[in-house]
Amino acid sequence: MKNLRGIGHQVVNGVWRLGYAARFFLLTLLRSATSFRRFRLTVKEIYFAGVLSLIIISVSGLFVGMVLGLQGYETLQKYGASEAVGTLVALSLTRELGPVVAALLFASRAGSAMTAEIGLMKATEQISAMEMMAVDPIARVIGPRFWGGVISMPLLAAMFSVVGVFGGYLITVVLIGVDEGAFWSQMQSAVDFRQDIVNGVIKSVVFGVAVTAIALFEGYDAPPTAEGVSGATTRTVVTSSLAILGLDFVLTAFMFTGV
Amino acid sequence: MERTVLDLWVGVFVAAGIAALLVLALKVGNASTTFNVGETYRLIAEFDNIGGLKVRAPVKSAGVVVGRVDDIQFENQRFVARVAMKIDKRYAFPKDTSVSILTSGLLGEQYIGLDAGGDSAMLKDGDTVKITQSALVLEKLIGQFLYNKAAEGGAK
Repeated sequence: MKNLRGIGHQVVNGVWRLGYAARFFLLTLLRSATSFRRFRLTVKEIYFAGVLSLIIISVSGLFVGMVLGLQGYETLQKYGASEAVGTLVALSLTRELGPVVAALLFASRAGSAMTAEIGLMKATEQISAMEMMAVDPIARVIGPRFWGGVISMPLLAAMFSVVGVFGGYLITVVLIGVDEGAFWSQMQSAVDFRQDIVNGVIKSVVFGVAVTAIALFEGYDAPPTAEGVSGATTRTVVTSSLAILGLDFVLTAFMFTGV
Repeated sequence: MERTVLDLWVGVFVAAGIAALLVLALKVGNASTTFNVGETYRLIAEFDNIGGLKVRAPVKSAGVVVGRVDDIQFENQRFVARVAMKIDKRYAFPKDTSVSILTSGLLGEQYIGLDAGGDSAMLKDGDTVKITQSALVLEKLIGQFLYNKAAEGGAK
């Protein structure tokens, strides 16, 4: 009996939290006019979410591309198709790895920072103080961060893909000596603008919305204690990583099958 | 942080992001060679068997990509495959052009080859190409080969 009640309690709590998160998300969207009217606020958040993530994104992109080039070459040269390594690197990056890995890095670099910042603002009662001064914290604090993240994410993913392709180029063409012309021309004939690149950008926008929404909600919902903030930060990284992978599967199933 | 410095960094970031998108589109992808709607015209060809031809496969003439496969449908009246191709407006082909499904390499992807004829009238938008050659199906070829071998063995 007690166990059953425990299960029920868990489920009710989960559903309640989900509904709370959805209402929070809708409220953020509804009150986001401030983020554009006072665009300076959003620019500042683009700096924190985007510019400061540049280094980790470009270094990871470079290494992911280099590893892809190396591994792809090892396998493809067995079949005498080593020129196709350009296609392999570019397609894996634009379709999957660019948006997904960039979003995972973004979640752990920028998402966790957002959660910690807002959680701490709540713990030190800055958010309540804002409400006291009749400043809407959702419009003033949450909105700009949300739009800053949503704008930064696709740009970061595109940079990740470009740097990755460059990494693959470095390894296979410069180091191993695959023919340069074949590398680029096979890549260009295989990668379609509408099918591969636009879909990759759509993916990264969706991930950007998911990661920032989760990070902001966890921060806003964090219990105002040191433990609460640390728990919320952990939850942000775990939940948004799972959300990215799950959404990626759904989006891939819609985008790249059934042609 | 100084307001102007922050603005500068965000500007650099956004510009770099847009540049990355452009590089993806032009250098990595085929946006530079994709034929836009309005600059192409449509040709139809019917094949008995298209093998593994797919939508978006290249249409080549003399080895140069001149268009892409736009649509593939099964024609239920005569039981043939109807393939629609989008050809770049810059290229015109004579009425007696022959269309065949070819394979790049032994196991490569399949594409459509256009062999220009000698007619002075050109194909127009929506025309159907009369002379077509279906894809080679490897199983049929092997079957034929084995059959011939067996026939040879029987004659001895």
